[in-house]
Amino acid sequence: MEQKLTVSSSPHIKLQEDTASIMLDVIIALIPATAAGIYYFGMRALAVILTSVAACMLSEYTYEKITGKPITTRDLSAVVTGLLLSLNLPVTIPLWITVIGAAFAIIIVKQLYGGLGKNFMNPALAARCFMLIAWAGSMTNFVQPFMGYGADAVSSATPLAVLKGTSEGTLPTLLTAFLGGKPGCIGEVSGLMLIIGFLYLLVKRVADWKIPVCYIATFAVLTYLFGNNTTGMSREYFTAMHILTGGLLLGAFFMATDYVTSPATASGRVIFGIGCGLLTFAIRRFGSYPEGVSFSIILMNVASPLIERYTVPKPFGKAVKP
Amino acid sequence: MLRTFKGGLHVPDHKSDTNKIPTRKIDGAPVHIFPLHQHIGAMLDPKVKVGDYVRVGTVLADSDAYLTVPLHSSVSGTVTEIKPYFHPSGTEAMAIFVENDFKYETVTTLNPKRVDTMSPEEIVRVIRDAGIVGMGGAGFPTHAKLSPPKDKKVTHLIINAAECEPYLTSDHRRLLETPEKVVAGLRICMRLFGLDKGYIGIEANKPDAVEAIKSLNDSKIEIVELKTKYPQGSEKQLIKAVTGKSVPSGGLPVDVGAIVINVDTAYEISGAFEEGMPVVSRIITVAGDCIKEPCNLEVRMGTPFEFVINAAGGYTSQPKKLVNGGPMMGIAQFTDKVPTVKTTSAILALSESASVYDEDSPCIHCGKCVTHCPMRLMPFKLARYASEDDLEMCQKYHIMDCIECGLCSYLCPGRQGPVQNIRMAKQKIIENRRKK
Repeated sequence: MEQKLTVSSSPHIKLQEDTASIMLDVIIALIPATAAGIYYFGMRALAVILTSVAACMLSEYTYEKITGKPITTRDLSAVVTGLLLSLNLPVTIPLWITVIGAAFAIIIVKQLYGGLGKNFMNPALAARCFMLIAWAGSMTNFVQPFMGYGADAVSSATPLAVLKGTSEGTLPTLLTAFLGGKPGCIGEVSGLMLIIGFLYLLVKRVADWKIPVCYIATFAVLTYLFGNNTTGMSREYFTAMHILTGGLLLGAFFMATDYVTSPATASGRVIFGIGCGLLTFAIRRFGSYPEGVSFSIILMNVASPLIERYTVPKPFGKAVKP
Repeated sequence: MLRTFKGGLHVPDHKSDTNKIPTRKIDGAPVHIFPLHQHIGAMLDPKVKVGDYVRVGTVLADSDAYLTVPLHSSVSGTVTEIKPYFHPSGTEAMAIFVENDFKYETVTTLNPKRVDTMSPEEIVRVIRDAGIVGMGGAGFPTHAKLSPPKDKKVTHLIINAAECEPYLTSDHRRLLETPEKVVAGLRICMRLFGLDKGYIGIEANKPDAVEAIKSLNDSKIEIVELKTKYPQGSEKQLIKAVTGKSVPSGGLPVDVGAIVINVDTAYEISGAFEEGMPVVSRIITVAGDCIKEPCNLEVRMGTPFEFVINAAGGYTSQPKKLVNGGPMMGIAQFTDKVPTVKTTSAILALSESASVYDEDSPCIHCGKCVTHCPMRLMPFKLARYASEDDLEMCQKYHIMDCIECGLCSYLCPGRQGPVQNIRMAKQKIIENRRKK
């Protein structure tokens, strides 16, 4: 044997999975919801998505180039951020606002805090909240599916606003809300497509069921028991409508489960999910906004390190006295 | 229902390369090298001089220290040198070189022992004098393991046949080929503690070995089938699966009444009584994608790795890594000139693609290390505190409970190598404690 052997500390084998392959799985899981968004809202939706992804990639590359950091665009995390941000926008959003939002997500929320793994808020959600405050009108300009997006497009109240009674409008049927075709953000349009995507993540063991299940269950129970149901529909119907409309499924499946900004411990994830459900219910029920998913998750993001610190598992053999 | 523990992960096992091939006994090498450090515990003192003629079974080295066992020659021939040499632990150690005359003359004093007339002290003495240590890899002297403090009651004697390390099939082959000897070894230990039940914990991926034990029709042996999952063969995890009890943090298996011995250790114990033969050879799995004919070999102690690998057909291509032991916890070698020792359970030659570690990316806090840690620790946190040299926080997060199974590094998508960082911090903490 002539050549040199590598000497390093064990283990000597490695699971092939890496950050890029995980991010790729998230992208694959978002394809059904993305496709549904394009189907219902047209090519304009595709333009918003591509703009957001490109702006995120470019922001990451430019920032790292200027600051002399290693270029990390190949880990695909910026693509995921861009995709998630665009799926949380209305199809009518001006593209320049999308670009600013994407840059905010990557540079302010992610890179200034140290890059991937160091940010304490989900970049896409933090950017969405920033945009919601800065351009409230553009961010809530929702249209019906298949209506186009030009100057003649008619604004339409989201089902949540109708449910809350703050806007006039007709509600979609429960089946429409589930399969697709209701006014709202690009990615929220089809509950079914979001569920398919999340099942893929579960099968690939990329995501854990605890956060989404606890989130949705908590929200459902609270809405069923304490929801302000003035619409005359049954409690069950009202609750189901609340779950299937707005950003709840998108948020619960793809935003609340973000590794970086949620607890790594099992019981921490349960608490995190319950917290998200509680806050979302509180905002939808008592807040001035019809929707509260983004704010809820961001608030829980901030609490995540604290939750994790109080949910450290008891090590093997620690419970018994020696 | 298969029994198991919480956490862990099934790792691709590569066992089908070797588990169907009968074990082959190979001839000795021209020169055998016997490091004076064969197991945990003190270094041995040479009992032979350069020029001495030794036989198979001659005591080459021994020590008065409690945690030691004698070292026997595996060949007959002349002692040519006593000098420091490469050791498979990655260091150097004093070693005795014996030139093999290929006659394999055996010392005349080796006699079978009658276990039923012996006192427990005498049984333990025979085990020590036969040079038996934990053959699974840790190498803890077996006589010490079988001599627990008087106030501890032993209730569960368990043979560890989990063999959870990928590639390794030596225990599997032992159970298939000589189940009666493994069980005989277990029964000798049972006698020691007056137990009328012994346990064999075995992963469910070895149904033929389970059948082999069952065919002995020994009603005093209970087979416990375990879920195939790494690290099922870790002592604490095995005891948990078999007895349902958790060894306390910082405690010993005997604190919950358990003693675990390896398959090959039990095999050697039966050999020490039935033939009077000390440990002069061991079964070794030679495998990995750079080995031409992966197999299990019965190898005389002190054979250089190179010689063993040639007996397995040699290399197919230049390996990137050469490992003493399994791929999860074994030790990487820098040369194939190192000799086999009592704890060499496997020799693995792995190519770049099998052992690759590319450049690391940041921890993305995915929590997989937490989900799968068999000790229920938070490896990513420990690794971060370890890299910051914050030993106080490391201890607050129970770093000393880490069993270094390596699962966290195996599955880390960020290629962070948590266990490597943890290992370094543990070393520092142990050194600091020693200074105090």
